[in-house]
Amino acid sequence: MYDFAVERPTNLDDASRLLAKDETQVIAGGQTLIPTMKSRLASPKTLVSLTGIDEIKGVSPSQGSVTIGAATRHVDVANETRTLYPALASLAANIGDPAVRNRGTIGGSLANNDPSACYPAAALAGDAEIKTQERSYSADDFFCGLFETALSEGEFITEIRFPIPDRASYQKFEQPASRFALVGVFVTQKSGQVRVAVTGASEEGVYRWKEAEQALSDDFRREAIADLIVPAEGKIVDIHGSAAYRAHLVKVLTGRAVDSAH
Amino acid sequence: MVTVTLTVNGQEKTSDCEGRSLLSDFLRDNLNLTGTHVGCDTSQCGACVVHVDGEAVKSCTMFAWEAQGADVATIEGMAEDDGSLGTIQQAFQDHHGLQCGFCTPGMVMSAAALLKKNPDPTEYEIRDYLEGNICRCTGYQNIVHAIQAAAQTMRAAT
Repeated sequence: MYDFAVERPTNLDDASRLLAKDETQVIAGGQTLIPTMKSRLASPKTLVSLTGIDEIKGVSPSQGSVTIGAATRHVDVANETRTLYPALASLAANIGDPAVRNRGTIGGSLANNDPSACYPAAALAGDAEIKTQERSYSADDFFCGLFETALSEGEFITEIRFPIPDRASYQKFEQPASRFALVGVFVTQKSGQVRVAVTGASEEGVYRWKEAEQALSDDFRREAIADLIVPAEGKIVDIHGSAAYRAHLVKVLTGRAVDSAH
Repeated sequence: MVTVTLTVNGQEKTSDCEGRSLLSDFLRDNLNLTGTHVGCDTSQCGACVVHVDGEAVKSCTMFAWEAQGADVATIEGMAEDDGSLGTIQQAFQDHHGLQCGFCTPGMVMSAAALLKKNPDPTEYEIRDYLEGNICRCTGYQNIVHAIQAAAQTMRAAT
């Protein structure tokens, strides 16, 4: 990788000021960015690390929701949301491997929006609010396709607020080498309304399966989606699975998520 | 250039490196601690696992400056003070938990991190924790046996 300058701000104002300059790149845990820089897919002039900013770390419960600082690591999300939001905790506890979870952050994963990452499904199905130093986005407005988000140049996530659903579950069919989702489905139910978000399947990145949401809002049982058809068009094809296989998994995993939601 | 000061295996060390220097490079090239191995350099194999402030990380996927001021433990710190093998290392030898030995530093450091959190892991918990450590020789069976034996020895000693 090419060399770069390093900045380690300790507050949000300094971070914003540093990131306003050209060719800067924000880094949190670096578990995606460092491999990306090694392969020279990114070669920023300056890296601005967010890990020295304490105010964007940690998990804080409030009435009906839980707010997670963007620089909170997967291991801390897994440990600290276990009773508050078990489906989210279980998602965090199964990302990558233990060493990756000790560095990688929720904000980094959401900002990267890898089409096979787990957190985007939790944010979208969970109707999360994604806050940056400048504004706030609903998850519906935040994810804009493969590795694309609504974030503008120099803008970074500060915290994510998840409303606590009545019940939820995340089901991931793991790509066994990387533990990324071959397909992952996050289902939430809150006040009768169901949201279903699918990761790992679509060439457009994470998306809501609205037909299933409608069917499950009327009848929260696996049988309610039995007649729905998931088209193979637009699904990811790679050495791990065909489009038809991924389309099949979307329905199977949605069913499992409904069965296991609590 | 960046000046990095950290504690490695109980000793404070300072050295200058580039911003892009990985923690694994810093340990091996600047501090001459070549027990930490770099296998894949893509954070998959786990041969480079060290502890930073008590937690297992892949030192090939962390910049040296990110460990500024941290307490780092490497495989060199796993031996006893008299130079004899530490409990986990001895268990790997006793149970034939290595063949070529390339992955062993990372395996031992991951095992140490697991046993600190969970002194009595099940076989499933051991295999799950070692998800990020790849061994191409042993088939893992004897690595699991070694960690189970080390856990037993460590429990008996406390």
